[in-house]
Amino acid sequence: MQGLEVDFSGKVIVVTGGSRGIGKAIVDSFSESGGKVYILDLDERSAEQTVGDFVSRGREVSFFPLDVSDNAMVREVMGKILVEAGHVDVLVNDAGVTLPTPFAECTEKDWDFVVGINLKGTFNTSNFIFPHMMERRYGKIVNIASIAGKLGGGFRGTAIYAASKAGVIGLTKGMAREGGPYGINVNAICPGVIKTAMGNSIPEEQKKLIIQGTPLRRYGEPYEIGNVVAFLCSDLASHITGEIMDVDGGIVRD
Amino acid sequence: MKLDLSGKVAVITGGARGIGKAIALSMAGCGANLAILEMNVEGANQTASEAKQLGVEARVYKADVSNLQQVKEIVTDIKDIFGKIDILVNNAGIVSPKPFLETDEKEWDLILGVNLKGIYNTCFSVLPHMIEQKYGKIVNIASIAGKTGGGFFGNTIYGTSKAGVIALTKGIAREAGPFGINANAICPGPIETQMLADCPEETRQRILSGVPLRKFGHPQDIANVAVFLASDLASHMTGEITDVDGGIMRDN
Repeated sequence: MQGLEVDFSGKVIVVTGGSRGIGKAIVDSFSESGGKVYILDLDERSAEQTVGDFVSRGREVSFFPLDVSDNAMVREVMGKILVEAGHVDVLVNDAGVTLPTPFAECTEKDWDFVVGINLKGTFNTSNFIFPHMMERRYGKIVNIASIAGKLGGGFRGTAIYAASKAGVIGLTKGMAREGGPYGINVNAICPGVIKTAMGNSIPEEQKKLIIQGTPLRRYGEPYEIGNVVAFLCSDLASHITGEIMDVDGGIVRD
Repeated sequence: MKLDLSGKVAVITGGARGIGKAIALSMAGCGANLAILEMNVEGANQTASEAKQLGVEARVYKADVSNLQQVKEIVTDIKDIFGKIDILVNNAGIVSPKPFLETDEKEWDLILGVNLKGIYNTCFSVLPHMIEQKYGKIVNIASIAGKTGGGFFGNTIYGTSKAGVIALTKGIAREAGPFGINANAICPGPIETQMLADCPEETRQRILSGVPLRKFGHPQDIANVAVFLASDLASHMTGEITDVDGGIMRDN
């Protein structure tokens, strides 16, 4: 019995929304542990900067532009990755947008936009790679949901955001149930409030209330999500699937 | 990414065999010094000796965790000898398969005494120290039985005790969080043990049909998660109940 290590040498990881915030921290965790990481993101400028930063530190990270809500584009781009890399071991669905508009003021366009990226985007990528993972009898999928999916929103996202994340939770469990017999682990993480552009945009008075309701009395750091994602995708967590893991400083406790 | 517990002191209840032994040796392998509380001293001594070969300190205390006074005295001794306590793993537990109406008050008291009060006893004794040093990781081994009300190998009383462990975990997380303490629980599903191996094949298949991963867990699967939760890698997780069950529960 030696020390326990999370190692992704020889593994290929796809991270949607990996150019900044939580996604970037996730890319950091995988690439630091030897993984070859593909960032799929709409924000080309951030992505190029992020890739440059990682490459200069000796990491194997590259980028393809992608709108995850566009099924045809997802299939084309992920198809390219499969050809280039030969296989995909891990998929992290992190691409996501929030919407602070009060429900009564939301429109159909808002619904299509948020659900299109957060939920349909997760479907698009996962649905593409699933047959490949089933054939190899190996795959790890982690979906970044949110405690909003359990609480109905209330921090930076409102009802539509909550619905999209609750959908991600349901999709996670279904994929776990169906993929399990083929050796695929599918889990979700529900971050609480994290120090990213999204989290930091919460007004000060609301921040005080949130901190009061957080046992650890602080927001989370992106790397604290990155660490958990990497662990869940490692062989150390091979018996965990269909699990919805809150990484929220203790807010939800469900 | 290494799971690193170098220099940490871990108190583990029930380290003689199975999950407890796997946790103890995994933590030792990651650098933690161990204090093992066990009724089965011979088994615990074996664990301790294997841990020492990994280069850490390990001491065994004969303990009935359901005895608060005994636990208090042991914790005081651990603090004196090791200097501090960073990690508390509440793994000691007993199971009973008896249908509800075949149980008796004695069984209730015994199972609740070890499985639930035992955790109250250790946490109550260790927490003030963790609060003072503003650091602590508590990992409680509950069970999916605590969510289903028993039904795999444990009965209703067993399930009740584990549901209590789940609530106790959340309460400690809530109260001690402001002092820098993380408290989480693991709910193992069915684990390959002698008891499971002795089951008729029919029963094994019946259970497996409800497990997405189509396999039973191993003590090491639980140990991996326990070490992760006890490490600083899980620093933003608290009050979380993690099922390690091959996908049986799939609850929120």
